[in-house]
Amino acid sequence: MVTKTPPAGASGTDERRERRRRLLIHVGLIAFGLIMLYPLLWMVSSSFKPTAEIFSDPGLIPETFVPENYTEGWTALQFPFHHYIWNSLIVVAGSIIGNLVACSMAAYAFARLEFKGKRLFFSIMLMTIMLPIHVVIVPQYILFANLDWINTYYPLIVPKLLATDAFFIFLMVQFIRGLPRDLDEAARIDGCGHVRIFLRIVMPLSAPALATTAIFTFIWTWNDFFSQLIFLTDPEMYTVPIALRTFVDSQSQTSWGPLFAMSAIALGPIFGFFLAGQRYLVRGIATTGIK
Amino acid sequence: MGATREPAAPEEDAPAPAAEAPGRRVSRFRRLAGGSNDSLAAYLFLTPWFVGLICITVGPILASLYFSFTDYSLIGEAQWVGLDNYTRMLTDGRLHSALGVTFVYVFVSVPLQLAMALALAMVLDRGVRGLPIYRSVYYLPSLLGSSVAIAILWRRVFGADGLLNQVLAFFGVDGVGWVSHPDYALSTLIVLNVWTFGAPMVIFLAGLRQIPRMYYEAAAVDGATRMRRFFSVTVPLLTPIIFFNLVLQMIQAFQTFTQAFVVSSGTGGPSDSTLFYTLYLYQTGFGSFDMGYASAMAWLLLLIIAGFTAVNFLASKYWVFYGD
Repeated sequence: MVTKTPPAGASGTDERRERRRRLLIHVGLIAFGLIMLYPLLWMVSSSFKPTAEIFSDPGLIPETFVPENYTEGWTALQFPFHHYIWNSLIVVAGSIIGNLVACSMAAYAFARLEFKGKRLFFSIMLMTIMLPIHVVIVPQYILFANLDWINTYYPLIVPKLLATDAFFIFLMVQFIRGLPRDLDEAARIDGCGHVRIFLRIVMPLSAPALATTAIFTFIWTWNDFFSQLIFLTDPEMYTVPIALRTFVDSQSQTSWGPLFAMSAIALGPIFGFFLAGQRYLVRGIATTGIK
Repeated sequence: MGATREPAAPEEDAPAPAAEAPGRRVSRFRRLAGGSNDSLAAYLFLTPWFVGLICITVGPILASLYFSFTDYSLIGEAQWVGLDNYTRMLTDGRLHSALGVTFVYVFVSVPLQLAMALALAMVLDRGVRGLPIYRSVYYLPSLLGSSVAIAILWRRVFGADGLLNQVLAFFGVDGVGWVSHPDYALSTLIVLNVWTFGAPMVIFLAGLRQIPRMYYEAAAVDGATRMRRFFSVTVPLLTPIIFFNLVLQMIQAFQTFTQAFVVSSGTGGPSDSTLFYTLYLYQTGFGSFDMGYASAMAWLLLLIIAGFTAVNFLASKYWVFYGD
């Protein structure tokens, strides 16, 4: 945004007032940002405090530095914490691959191909975005139970391979529609089929949309609690969110230091992806509203 | 990406032979561009989606509609009970309280969240230096908000000797156990939802960018005050975005689960004050394996969400302004 140039002949006091106004805005924005982030910073600092100090001192600098919270938290549950991280990563990786492959295929068809029933199918696809998972979760549970898939990762991954995260289809359709058609047509004249156009032309150009999909899938799946809670009941299969939840409920006297340490670790990857993918995240949210 | 995924639909992918007669080339082009080939390719590309739609979405929707008229506990056959599950809702006190909790949550937290989002977006849109940094800082909670770790944090921040009360004590105010007091537990979750205003804020920012600067200049020339410009230029031109955010955040708020589950250890307590509708549905279906009643509850939720979305769309005719 370009700073407005003051009208000719503006006096020095006006300029000073303007500068003071800007300074005040920054002070306000920074103060507000700190209030918003304070709980997060407090959590990280508390993860290094002895439990007694967490209860007594709202400050951010631990008086007694207790890195042992991390080692203690790591082994507090039935399995060491890296076991749950690994489980989460399996689910996340499967979900990302599923969403990238299946949603991009469907998006290519909706964005570039003509076929009977396209409008109908497209509106059905849009409607499924709004569908609450609660409507389908009971029959899905029964279906997966009959397939003997409870306590496996299939119920969490297979639906992604079947493009059930429809907002990513929508996101990619919007993106592909914005790509110039000339390239596809040139490729067609050269004798390329749809598979080749899709793989060699549309997909490489759609890298930003694919990145947005991958990042959001990572964050959502890493955070997901509801479906993991329902489909995973065996502690060996637990993912990070379910493990954390057991952590809170397993001890009558919760050891907050180690719990915060593991919570901080659980938030770490999201924070990392957030820093790495901000550009895509902001674009993704601005165009689709997903969070 | 993509280059590794080679094997598929060979009949189209075959490269054209190098020495092709020009006439054949044209007919081949016609065939490819003609459309008849498109349909087949489209259905092939859509196959995963079709399978998912039928097996993971539409099939289960129909099944849950059927189960909602049955008594089914996973063991044995589902017993057809007609409308029993739905009439049971009329006298189910916990269901009524869950609906109450959810409505309060949606109708208090969503407007607050959107007001916050719009206010910050307005400030940030005025050419503040370091906009990307502020935007990121305010947006971060939206990404974390639905995680178990944040719910755990909330439990601690609003606990009897938690961060909030420590800060209040510093100012000489006696706090209460916010999450353990039935009068306040829900408000802590409302605060959590308002805290995630960053996502709608980013959408508002994108919307504000679309408003042509000349409208403001024209209004300024006409002597409109800042207030006047906000209500006569910004708000009307932003109504489609406000509407979009409102519908989206309401749909999401109706489905809130994790925060209530973790903060109350899955009970919805104290005294059902955080028994969100989805939490009660979970308890019914996956706690007591009362799948029939849980399905009926899911359908009521779908109808409520669809109803409010429809009302939003109908009402939007009167307040949402689409330029040109």
